[in-house]
Amino acid sequence: MSNEAPLRTGDDRVRAIVREIMSGTAVISVLAVVLALAIGGVLIAATDDHVRAAAPHLFTDPGGLLAAAWDAVAGAYGALFQGAVFNPNRDGLVLQLKPITETLTFATPLIAAGLGVALAFRVGLFNIGGQGQMLVAAACAGWVGFTLHLPFGVHLALALLAGLAGGALWGGLVGLLKARTGAHEVIVTIMLNYVAFYLLSYLLRTPLLQAPGSSNPKSPPIADTAALPPLLGPQFNLTLGLVLVVAATIFTWWLLDRSALGFRFKAVGINPDAARVAGIDVKRVYVATMLIAGALVGLAGVTQVLGPARAGFTSGIDAGIGFDAITVALLGRSRPWGVLAAGTLFGAFKAGGYLMQAAEAVPIDIVLVVQSLIVLFIAAPPLVRGVFRLPDPSVGTARQDPASPVPEKVSAL
Amino acid sequence: MTTVTSQPVRLVGRSWKTPIACGLFTVLATVLFIGQGRPGETTFQLSRDADLVQLPPLVAPVGATTLGLTVVLLLLTAHAVWLAVTRRRPQIWSSLAFAVAFLVAFLTWAAAGQTLPVLGLLVGTVGISVPLVFGALGGVISERVGVINVAIEGQLLGGAFVSAVVASLTGNLYAGLLGAVVAGVFVSLVLAVFSIRYWVDQVIVGVVLIVFVTGLTSFLSSTVLTKDAAALNSPPRFPAIDVPVLSQIPIIGPTFFRQTVIVYAAYVAVVVVYMCLFHTKWGLRVRAAGEHPQAADTVGIKVNAMRLWAVSIAGAVVGIGGAYFTLGAVGSFQQNMTAGMGYIALAAVIFGRWHPIRATLAALLFGFATNLQYVLGAIGSPVPSEFMLMLPYLVTIVAVAGLAGQVRKPAASGLPYARR
Repeated sequence: MSNEAPLRTGDDRVRAIVREIMSGTAVISVLAVVLALAIGGVLIAATDDHVRAAAPHLFTDPGGLLAAAWDAVAGAYGALFQGAVFNPNRDGLVLQLKPITETLTFATPLIAAGLGVALAFRVGLFNIGGQGQMLVAAACAGWVGFTLHLPFGVHLALALLAGLAGGALWGGLVGLLKARTGAHEVIVTIMLNYVAFYLLSYLLRTPLLQAPGSSNPKSPPIADTAALPPLLGPQFNLTLGLVLVVAATIFTWWLLDRSALGFRFKAVGINPDAARVAGIDVKRVYVATMLIAGALVGLAGVTQVLGPARAGFTSGIDAGIGFDAITVALLGRSRPWGVLAAGTLFGAFKAGGYLMQAAEAVPIDIVLVVQSLIVLFIAAPPLVRGVFRLPDPSVGTARQDPASPVPEKVSAL
Repeated sequence: MTTVTSQPVRLVGRSWKTPIACGLFTVLATVLFIGQGRPGETTFQLSRDADLVQLPPLVAPVGATTLGLTVVLLLLTAHAVWLAVTRRRPQIWSSLAFAVAFLVAFLTWAAAGQTLPVLGLLVGTVGISVPLVFGALGGVISERVGVINVAIEGQLLGGAFVSAVVASLTGNLYAGLLGAVVAGVFVSLVLAVFSIRYWVDQVIVGVVLIVFVTGLTSFLSSTVLTKDAAALNSPPRFPAIDVPVLSQIPIIGPTFFRQTVIVYAAYVAVVVVYMCLFHTKWGLRVRAAGEHPQAADTVGIKVNAMRLWAVSIAGAVVGIGGAYFTLGAVGSFQQNMTAGMGYIALAAVIFGRWHPIRATLAALLFGFATNLQYVLGAIGSPVPSEFMLMLPYLVTIVAVAGLAGQVRKPAASGLPYARR
């Protein structure tokens, strides 16, 4: 604050600017992350053995307790950072920077699946079917990847297309059922998750998908010609998948913000009845949305099968990404670029979480707690402002509308 | 505000959903039972040795039974087609008869040459359904008052965790049950505060709460519970109690009246929730707050307070269902032990059209389909186990798409309410 500003008007202006910044969404987002990490830190400290050993001496040796708590939290979050961004303990800059490529590797499928969930949200559909769409896409892309023998490039493109088609099929089925019969998409997507899981489990026991000569329900490895090439050289796990996912983000942005179809999508999302009156074929929009959403989620399955999991996949290939995608979409407020940022953040948590679990014995489940708290706090700016005593931008103006990233029709459960 | 779409089901054109669904299943029946016909006889075991009244086992020749039932399915499909052609509404009794005929034919075919323990099938069904019933009831209460409860899974998991810890520490089952209630209410309160006070979208809070509870219980389970499992994670289990007289009725007795306290609590809960929602002043107010909050406010109902209370009660109900996992079935807490049951309960809420009794029936249907797969897996069925596992979910999709038809949610469910 510029207390020594000579002019009262200038002081006011600076105050207004500071106030603007402090009540803006960017600050709220950062503070939400800080608050979530703080609560996570309390949990880590409370469950740490050294802290619990020091706890009985709270009144005789409060410093020891504090030091133990600090050690536990700093150790855990230090490991999280080293696993996700930069690890100074490694030799050479390349290895020191490897964590950030791991973050992007984990972020790749999260962003793709997040886009699929976000697109459906914008049309007022709740796509909990990420798991099923990923599994079917992975199976299709994988089958093309290890069965056919094609030149490099063509093979990869065909496998990619097969995967996208598989995801689109599984998602489009939901849209079709909703449009034709009125079946609720929440029920259908949940049920299709299980159907896809068991279908894949079955196929992995048949010659169609099972590796020859193996008794495990696992597929053979993907042919080299179908694998996504490494983006930064063989010493990193990061693949071309990241580029595909960024392209998908641009596509989704173009679709929603620049295309006529996207305009219809958003119109249906905001008010399907008004859209119908305006001459939009709402049923066709539902089918189109779920087709595209399924393909986007399918991309997540493809980048896994042709990327990190190219040695062969099981029916657990989705690794919970289909559900993580919901929180990614929510954190990204269902905006394509927001999803990109949210997916990267969650990718960092995932990459760092594994190192934290290995080095500090803090279970990776704490990451789930922190992630969910971040989404919760970002969705409730008044709470964050209250905790940090920030000014409320709506004071003196009209009552603030609930800033919801989800159109109200999604609530039509 | 979206407009309230509440026009009654009027058939303007022909509705082909029911005939198409019936036709699909008839084709499936023809392919399976006649195309893949199996020889021998199927024995339906209706009593256990310990039962007072012994029913003789039913023996059915597989070929003749399945053929006869397939003909029945064909006739019922023809009936459905005729109804559709003459533009009349599909009839519930014929859908039910179709489902029963298909089920009996399927069981006869799948268990050919074996003995099918009908009692085991039914008793297990009730057990598996209990958390679903509690979850669905909580979902119904919550949505009726206007707050979508996606967090059923989180409430179940929270109830399971806290009940296991409390019951282990105190050695008292009812203290554990109380702990489950507190856990469910806690999750509900977060849902209520964020959706009512901060106007956060209810679906968002629900999903986030599932992730939060999953993460928190898994974290605490692998940091705290594993270090001292004997003291923290080995609760006693509810014993099965026979209800005098009722438990001696053939089939019904063992199925419904030789269960644990939690199961009996579920029966009570269904009746109480139904009576409270539809036959008390409180229930009328709850439904008013969920259907038309402005009107409710106008007549003096404090909508947001009403919502807070009802959502908390819903959480308490779901929490008891969570205790079933630890204190009723498994006997200890395991990470993510609810395994998606909350999502199924959510589906049961919608499938049951936001009505406590219909939602309970939907939950029982899920429980039956799930248990059927266990039983057939145990006696060795010709269908690959994955397809049996898929069955409950496929049945739901077909039922939701074909038989249940259009659903109408409580009009203001999901919308925050602010006085203007």
